[in-house]
Amino acid sequence: MSARFFNLWILIVSLALAGCVTRKPYDYTAFRAHPPRSIVVLPPLNQSTDIKGTYSYLSTVTRPLAEMGYYVFPVAEVDQLMKENGLPTAGEMHQVPLNKIGEIIGADSVLYVTLTKYGSKYEVLSSVTTVAVDAKLVDVKTGVTIWEGTATVQQSSGDSGGGIIGALVTAAATQIVNSATDPAHDVSSLANYQLFTPKNYGLLYGPYFPKDKEQ
Amino acid sequence: MGNRKIFLFFSLGVAALMTGCRSPDVYYWGHYENLVYITYTKPDKATPELQASIMEEDMHKAISANKPLPPGFHAHLGNLYYQMGKTDLAVQEFQKEKAQFPESTVFMDRLIANLTTK
Repeated sequence: MSARFFNLWILIVSLALAGCVTRKPYDYTAFRAHPPRSIVVLPPLNQSTDIKGTYSYLSTVTRPLAEMGYYVFPVAEVDQLMKENGLPTAGEMHQVPLNKIGEIIGADSVLYVTLTKYGSKYEVLSSVTTVAVDAKLVDVKTGVTIWEGTATVQQSSGDSGGGIIGALVTAAATQIVNSATDPAHDVSSLANYQLFTPKNYGLLYGPYFPKDKEQ
Repeated sequence: MGNRKIFLFFSLGVAALMTGCRSPDVYYWGHYENLVYITYTKPDKATPELQASIMEEDMHKAISANKPLPPGFHAHLGNLYYQMGKTDLAVQEFQKEKAQFPESTVFMDRLIANLTTK
């Protein structure tokens, strides 16, 4: 067998094998042992350089969790209560002992989120927006981590364009919209969807999820 | 003709796949999360009065859409009423949150207690 033929053969075999790799299913043992009805989401720790990230992210997290069947505590009111009690930053809020959270808020579980990336990089005709999150769901009564997940979503503003003219029109249109908002805000929603979806190592459905919709 | 049928079949398949990706929402969301966002990004523009009027409109729309309001909606509206000095309305909204989602009982009772002591 010639060396060239052998290399080709190796390549084919490895491609075939790569196609067969399946991710091992997520271990939901702890989740099923402590299934929460309610989740309190604390403002995320922000490791990015964009200070807007914390509260921009916080205002995108209720919908996906609630739509998965959980009671989600009102994020702004929880934040306000913590601030009124001498905890002005997300870092300090993340240090609150679980028994205090149980006592004051009455939550079954706490979602601790860290924004590892948040923001946009601008180039000539487009920009690239990245949001990356790490999240951990902890059972309040036992302190057990019942779920952990991570997601990264990157979106280029040129994604929806059609050639240069399309890109220019889109850039002009997005500029108007974005003068008021922050593209990373919308990308946060996408990152959350990716983070929580059961199709991708996400959460199990909660008690308010309609039974007929479960797959 | 045959092509048209195939095309139609294919389109239906694609449409089915796309709707399968994301099922319709359980709740009527209205502007709840947007208002939370604006509260933090543009506090000067998001006065409690403006926010409350938008949320009141959302409540009517939820009724005509025959969908429940999401977790946190009544609590947020209650907090806005409190900021406007309408304590009675605030308590009413906190009670509604509690009735719709008993999981919120501890937190709502705390907010109600805070109103009466402040």
